[in-house]
Amino acid sequence: MDSALIPVMDDALKPKGVQRCPIWQFALWICIFGAILLWGVYAMFLCWFKGLNQTNMNDAYGFALWIWADLAVIALGGGAFFTGFLRYIIGKDELKNIINYAVLIGFICYSSALLILAIDVGQPLRAWFIFWHANVHSMLTEVAFCLSCYFGVLTIEYIPLVLENRQIDKVPFFHNLAHNMHEIMAIFAATGAFLSFFHQGSLGGVAGVLFGRPFGYREGVLIWPWTFFLFTWSAAACGPCFTIMITKLTEVITGKKLVKQNVIDLLAKISGWMLASYIIAKILDTVYWATVTVPDMGYTLKHFYSNPVYGIWILFLEIVLGGILPAIILITKTGRNNNVTLWIAVVLAVIGVSVNRWVMVLQVMAVPILPFESWYLYLPSWQETATTILPVAYGILLVMLSYRYLPIFPQERELNPID
Amino acid sequence: MFPFSFEWIWDMSHMVFHGGLWYALSIIGLGMTYCILKATIDTFQGKGGHHE
Repeated sequence: MDSALIPVMDDALKPKGVQRCPIWQFALWICIFGAILLWGVYAMFLCWFKGLNQTNMNDAYGFALWIWADLAVIALGGGAFFTGFLRYIIGKDELKNIINYAVLIGFICYSSALLILAIDVGQPLRAWFIFWHANVHSMLTEVAFCLSCYFGVLTIEYIPLVLENRQIDKVPFFHNLAHNMHEIMAIFAATGAFLSFFHQGSLGGVAGVLFGRPFGYREGVLIWPWTFFLFTWSAAACGPCFTIMITKLTEVITGKKLVKQNVIDLLAKISGWMLASYIIAKILDTVYWATVTVPDMGYTLKHFYSNPVYGIWILFLEIVLGGILPAIILITKTGRNNNVTLWIAVVLAVIGVSVNRWVMVLQVMAVPILPFESWYLYLPSWQETATTILPVAYGILLVMLSYRYLPIFPQERELNPID
Repeated sequence: MFPFSFEWIWDMSHMVFHGGLWYALSIIGLGMTYCILKATIDTFQGKGGHHE
């Protein structure tokens, strides 16, 4: 192909009336993140062909870095279901200006989670067993059902965006299909909210029902431990923070304002109140667990934080720095409207929920339970690290391609007029 | 997974778990079928002609 045609084709694919970086610059960044992606793919194939001996998982750590990454990206991808719920079910119309990006981020997070699980199961060719031979007494079965169905919903929400590409939109069938999908998107969004509520909760439920692991075990209502509700709540609170954080980051990288302040302000405000109510519930849960559940099981709170790696600082980081502080910033108008404090709040909220998932997966495994046990510490192998970085590189590439060729931000043209 | 699978038991767990799964899959499947069929009909009726 004539190389002179590349810029012409590139121009023809870009949305009208917006400015993008030169093709060489775009290609350079694609190559850089493509190389990181290939490194991850290499590690992935090592895990598939040589087996899980490529990891540092062992009898103590059946769940490790991958499951933390899974839980963290699922929580952070919660921005898609909660923003969709607010936009289509509650009717917050302003959020139509950020919903596309929330869907894209959610799509990346959930496809990453499924990719990591495909590596983690060790025998990906047997992954369908969880559907066909479902263990109906396991929370993880429900997670598998909802996760795959919700990924289907996210794909359906992402497809109209792809179909709105300038060239694809010229095909009448695709134009009509995108239009029809938009028309009934509320039904898909409601299904997505239903699925998300359950799988976010069941991921928390997995730790909460571990009666033999007092660090994770919680009491609850009927079959659901309190962690079930806390996980859903925290995902709904911190998912939108992640959406705001990535939107702000995209604005910094592109040097453009992409979403109006009133949209960010609304999402940040809702997120702030969700976070404030969540953190109150989390504190109550922690106090009850520390003063009733833990002594009943024959332990003291100090026992769970008696290691330098897992000191009491981690609880402070999760609840005070990653919960109370961002909640206070986000529920105050001055905090939300100041760019610096908004940045601090969303970054801290993202760290807070990630630390919560870390302790509920890894600290649960690390704490000694029997008198003759000591702390089990774990360091991931390079293959685990590479395969965890792989989805990050994939996500960046998909954001780059989507931003360049799809109308992700409806307000971009208005905010950045070209002379 | 299906009531005709040999592992299937008509108990609450199976009905709730698989009922939820088939409920979600039905909505997704029916929704997409509706969109595709309507897009096909609209296209044959000449709707969606591109105007840039």
